[in-house]
Amino acid sequence: MTGAAALAAAGRSGLLRPRRDIVLPAAIFLIFALLPPFASLLAEQYLVDLATRVMIFAVAAVALDLLVGYGGLVSFGHAAFVGLGAYAVGILSAQGIDDALISLPVAIAVAMLFAFVTGIVCLRTKGVYFIMITLAFGQMIYFVATSLAPYGGDNGLTIAARNTVAGLALLKSDRAFYYVTLLCLLATYLFCRALVASRFGRVLRGAKENPARMVTIGFTVRSFQLVAYVIAGGLGGLSGFLLANSTEFVSPAFMSWQRSGELIVMVILGGVSTLDGAIVGAAAYLGAEEWLSRIIENWQVVFGPLLVLVVLFARGGLIGLCSRLWRWFGHA
Amino acid sequence: MPEPVLRLERLRKSFDSLVVTDDVTLDVIRGEMHAIIGPNGAGKTTLINQISGLLAPDDGSILFAGADVTRLPPETRALRGLARSFQITSILPGFPVLENVALAVQARAGSSLRFFGRAADEDALNLPAMAALEQTGIADRAHVRAGELSHGEKRALELAIALAMRPTLLLLDEPMAGIGREETERLVELLLRLKGQLTMILVEHDMAAVFALADRISVLIGGRLLITGLPDEVRADPQVVVAYLGEQME
Repeated sequence: MTGAAALAAAGRSGLLRPRRDIVLPAAIFLIFALLPPFASLLAEQYLVDLATRVMIFAVAAVALDLLVGYGGLVSFGHAAFVGLGAYAVGILSAQGIDDALISLPVAIAVAMLFAFVTGIVCLRTKGVYFIMITLAFGQMIYFVATSLAPYGGDNGLTIAARNTVAGLALLKSDRAFYYVTLLCLLATYLFCRALVASRFGRVLRGAKENPARMVTIGFTVRSFQLVAYVIAGGLGGLSGFLLANSTEFVSPAFMSWQRSGELIVMVILGGVSTLDGAIVGAAAYLGAEEWLSRIIENWQVVFGPLLVLVVLFARGGLIGLCSRLWRWFGHA
Repeated sequence: MPEPVLRLERLRKSFDSLVVTDDVTLDVIRGEMHAIIGPNGAGKTTLINQISGLLAPDDGSILFAGADVTRLPPETRALRGLARSFQITSILPGFPVLENVALAVQARAGSSLRFFGRAADEDALNLPAMAALEQTGIADRAHVRAGELSHGEKRALELAIALAMRPTLLLLDEPMAGIGREETERLVELLLRLKGQLTMILVEHDMAAVFALADRISVLIGGRLLITGLPDEVRADPQVVVAYLGEQME
């Protein structure tokens, strides 16, 4: 068999393109798309607010999965990017600039710049040290925000109104904002999906598996990781832009280490290295927060053990659990 | 004498008080298969690691293809044509065999900052990768996960990765270690075919393979270069026999 023939045969057998990949994300986005009319039908408006929050955090979580799941870079400071994006919107708004055509690029650029500068330092370390130093940078920016007296300091900063788009109040209605957020999540997801399979993504995945091998075939592994870190930072900034506009408020709490931890929990809960999992995880985490907190005041007391169970018994997170159940019933 | 592809000049490396590379000066000539032998702990792998750039020497210099590469990082050396295999096979076990090799092609092709397009479907990368797999005899395993290969097949894959880099110098760190008789024979055959096409440094304990393959042999003992010479000279050297070959030949 010649090389070309072998390649063609593999392509035909579907070895290179698993179809199952498409079903789950299609279902997820269909549910998000149909949720608002469904919610008005049920007169459960809070569902739209909740789903908006889910999608905003999913943007950051998908970006984090890019680092954790595909780059092997467990960043414990991801909320810093979200917070920076949010503060960009808040501070610009306080200065009277409240158009998304300015605030969105600024939010993303500020987060990318912070990722670039701190990434150079962080990526000199590995493993636990990487976790610690990303955490340290996250806390650093958190304390900077708490000391920003002109912009609310500890108390945060209220934004007068949602950003306009080219002077038009497109984001004013919650329904419109919902679909803009959905588009942002879809774009983030598709971008990351493409990235992971691209030449760049392959280098990133290779470096996760065997950095020494990647170096000895000629890749400057750290540069690729830095680019990934900057991209994930920029997407965190996008999430922050959406968060600030959704709550019309920014607070240092957006970038606390607890928030970074929650993002990691979302990624692990949903299933690492899947991208879909980050969205499912964000929904599961925020959903649990919403509903468990109605039943029990200290909802974490219940959620904590649940999380432990998922980590112990559902390897691959909720996505892994679902696909195992799928196979189970498929065979039975 | 033809120009050396690689020249080590007074190379020195120690870990704490233990000298592992002791004043090594060595020329590797273009096109030759140069074996480095010596007992365990002689500093063979440390030497290979310094040549490939994973370890920095304390002193001395490394010239590769006429340029001083002593301070260059391993990835730059790789792109200049220096490929290696590892004593413990180093592959990407979670990747398909073909993609392991395609990555080496991609590294040479540059332009890895492409964020779109499925890399796994690119014929421009896959065809040269397939050719390298055919060369090492594992083309029929191209679409298997690399982690599922047998030990010998992993060795062949590692060699295919190195060949896909189109190296001018190939460093082989104990390629026969841990593989069966039959696979060793196949590997020796393959290396014999490659001989002359590229320069190779072979670190190996299998003396039958070394004497079947090597054009010249250097003997390393306690970090020091005892002798460099033709196989017959090395075999006949009384010092070498006492220090190393004696026990090997029994």
